[in-house]
Amino acid sequence: MQQVNSAAARPASVPLLTRLGLDARLVFMILAILGIWVAFHLLTGNIFLTARNLWNLSVQTASVGVMVSGMVLIIVMRNIDLSIGSVLGFTGMSMAVLGTVVFPQNTWWAALLTLAIGLALGALVGVIQGTWIASLGVPSFIVTLGGLLIFRGGAWLLTGGQTVAPLSDTFQILGGGLGGSIGGPWSWAVGGALTVLIVLAELRNYQQRARRGLPNRPVGLQLLITGATALTIFGFVTVMNSYDDPRTNLPRGIPVPVLIMLVVTAFMMWLVRATRFGRYVFAYGGNPEAARLAGINTKRLTIMVFALMGMLAALAGAIQTARLNAGTNSTGTLAELSVIAAAVIGGTSLSGGSGSIPGAFLGAVLMASLINGMLLLDLPSAWQNVVQGLVLMLAVSLDVVVQRRRSK
Amino acid sequence: MSMANISGATPSAASLNSETRIPLIQTRGLSKSFGGVQALSDVSVELYPGEVLGLLGHNGAGKSTLIKMLSGAYTSDSGQILIGGQEVALGSPRAAQQLGIETIYQNLALADNLDVPANIFLGRELLRGGVLDEDTMEFEARQVLERLKVRVPDLKKPVFNLSGGQRQCIAISRAIYFKARILIMDEPTAALGPQETAQVNELIGSLRAEGVGIFLISHDLHDVFDLADRITVMKNGRVVGSALTSQISQDEVLEMIIAGKLPPTRVGQPG
Repeated sequence: MQQVNSAAARPASVPLLTRLGLDARLVFMILAILGIWVAFHLLTGNIFLTARNLWNLSVQTASVGVMVSGMVLIIVMRNIDLSIGSVLGFTGMSMAVLGTVVFPQNTWWAALLTLAIGLALGALVGVIQGTWIASLGVPSFIVTLGGLLIFRGGAWLLTGGQTVAPLSDTFQILGGGLGGSIGGPWSWAVGGALTVLIVLAELRNYQQRARRGLPNRPVGLQLLITGATALTIFGFVTVMNSYDDPRTNLPRGIPVPVLIMLVVTAFMMWLVRATRFGRYVFAYGGNPEAARLAGINTKRLTIMVFALMGMLAALAGAIQTARLNAGTNSTGTLAELSVIAAAVIGGTSLSGGSGSIPGAFLGAVLMASLINGMLLLDLPSAWQNVVQGLVLMLAVSLDVVVQRRRSK
Repeated sequence: MSMANISGATPSAASLNSETRIPLIQTRGLSKSFGGVQALSDVSVELYPGEVLGLLGHNGAGKSTLIKMLSGAYTSDSGQILIGGQEVALGSPRAAQQLGIETIYQNLALADNLDVPANIFLGRELLRGGVLDEDTMEFEARQVLERLKVRVPDLKKPVFNLSGGQRQCIAISRAIYFKARILIMDEPTAALGPQETAQVNELIGSLRAEGVGIFLISHDLHDVFDLADRITVMKNGRVVGSALTSQISQDEVLEMIIAGKLPPTRVGQPG
C-alpha cells in the first residue's frame, strides 16, 4: 500500500506504478489476496496459511483457473459464454462413460484417449455455438443460454441421470487426489525450469530492446521483479512440498490439476501477447469494424475463441470428474458464474476490448480463497453465496469508479 | 464529354504537365447500378503523382461508390481502372492494398485499446518464428512517425489516450508504411477540431511532397480549396466537371455542386 500512497503524493501526473512498468491492478489484486489470506488465517485460528490448506486451495482453484482465461477472450470479443458449466458437466459425464464403459482399462493410453475425446467434444460444442453466433448473428447470450439448458439436459440424458463411478486410477491422476501429484523432486524440477525460462526470456528481451534503442525498465527494478518472481515460485514449490502423502510420508508436490492450470494460464498469456490470434481478439474487442477493415476474418476468429472455451470447459470437466471419481449430471452447475465473476474481478470489461489473463487468474485465486476460507469458518452455503455476490459487485463498482475518474 | 474537360480547356503549367505524365490511377467510363438505381454512370477521373484531388458533391452524388470501387470494396458493372497505365482488377480490399491503394476512414480505422505499433500493423503484423515481432514493429512505427513528423508521446500506450488528430495521423502513417502510392481519404478531418485538422492537413502536405496521390473527399469547401490541387465535382452518379483550384472560385464550385452543371462562364470555352 505504501507504493500506492507515494504515487498519489507525487505531483507527477503519471502514477508511480505505471512509471515502474507495473500493472497497478495486478499489484492491487495481489495485495487484496494477501489481505484476505491473513484475515482468514486469523479468523480460523491459524488454519488458513498452512501447507495443507494452501495445497487444497490450489486444487480448488484449478477448475475455475483453467476456464477463466478462455472466458477472458470471450468477453474481450464482446461475447459471453453461459454454457460452460453445462459443457463441463456434459463432457465430464461423457468422459466418465468413456472411461468406465468404452475404455475401462487402467492404462495411460485409455486415460489419455478418454481425455482427448472429451477435449475434442468440448471443442466441437464450442465450434457449433461459435458458428451459430458468428454466422447467424444471434447474440451469444441467447445461444449459450440455450447451450446451458441443452448440455445440462444432455449430461442427464447420457446415463438417464445415473452417476457413473469409479474411474480408473490413471484418469483420477487428473483430479489431484492420492497419487495425483508429481512429488517433491519433480516439483523442484518444474520450479527450477520455470525460473530459468523466465530469467532467460527477460534477459533476451532486455538485450533486444537495448540493441534497438528502445526504452527498458531500470536494471535495479528489473532485478527486483525477476527476484520477486523467482521467490514466489520457490515459495509455491516449498508449500506444495510441505504437505505429505499420508501413505508414504513423502512430499506430495504440485498437484496435477494445478500443473494443468499453470500450463494453461502460461499458454494463454503467450497466446494473447505473442500471436496474431491474440492480437486480433483484442483488436476486434476494441473496434470490430476496424478489425474487419484490416482484413481479419472475424467470423473464424469468433468460432475459434468459442472452440477454445469449449475445450477448456472440457479440461475442467476432466479435472472435476477425476477429483470426484465419478461422472454426475450436476457437475459444474453454476460454474459459468464463478468463471465470469473471476474474469470480471480480474479486470475484464464486459464492454469488450480489455482484459488480462494474469488478472483473471488472480481473480480465480481470490474467489477460491474466499470460498475456502468461508468453508473453514463453517459459514452456511447461503451466506457464502451472499458474500460472493457482494464481493463481485464491490470489485466491479470499484473498477467503474476508477475508470470514470481516469477518463475525466 | 467536353464538359468533363475543364482542366484541359484552360491550359496552365500544371495541366500541360498532366498531359505528358501518366496518371497514377485513372478510371474510364466506370458504371455501377444497385438494383434499378444507377449509382455511377460513365465516370472518368484521373489522379497524378503528388496531386491532391478533391472529390466534391452532395450525399448520393456517387463519391462513396467511386471510392469503394477504387478501394476494392465494390466491383464495377462496366468500365476500367488503370494504375500506371495498366488495367487492373480490384476484386477485394486486400488486392487494392497490394497495388498501393490505401483508404483512410473518418473514425473507423483504429482499435482504441491497442497501442500505436499494433494499430499500424493491424492485420499485417510482422512475425518472427511464427510469433509477433513486437520490437521490430515498435521500431518501424517510430521510424515512419518520425519521417512524417507525427509526434506521439508514448507509442506503447493504447491509442485511446491520443487526440483525434494524432489518431488520424497514425491511420495515415499506417497507409504510408505499407507503401501506399494512392491514398483515399474519406472526410479525414470531419471529426476533428481546428488544431487537429491543421495537424492532418500538414501531414497531407508532406505526403504530396513525397509523390503520393490523394483522393480527398470532403464537405468542407474551404478545406478542399486549401489542400487540393484540383477538384472534381459529381452529381447523380456523373462527373459534372473538373478544375484546378487555382483557376476556379468557391462560388463557381458551389454552383457546380448544386446545379450539377458548369458555371456559364466556363461553358463553351475553347477546347
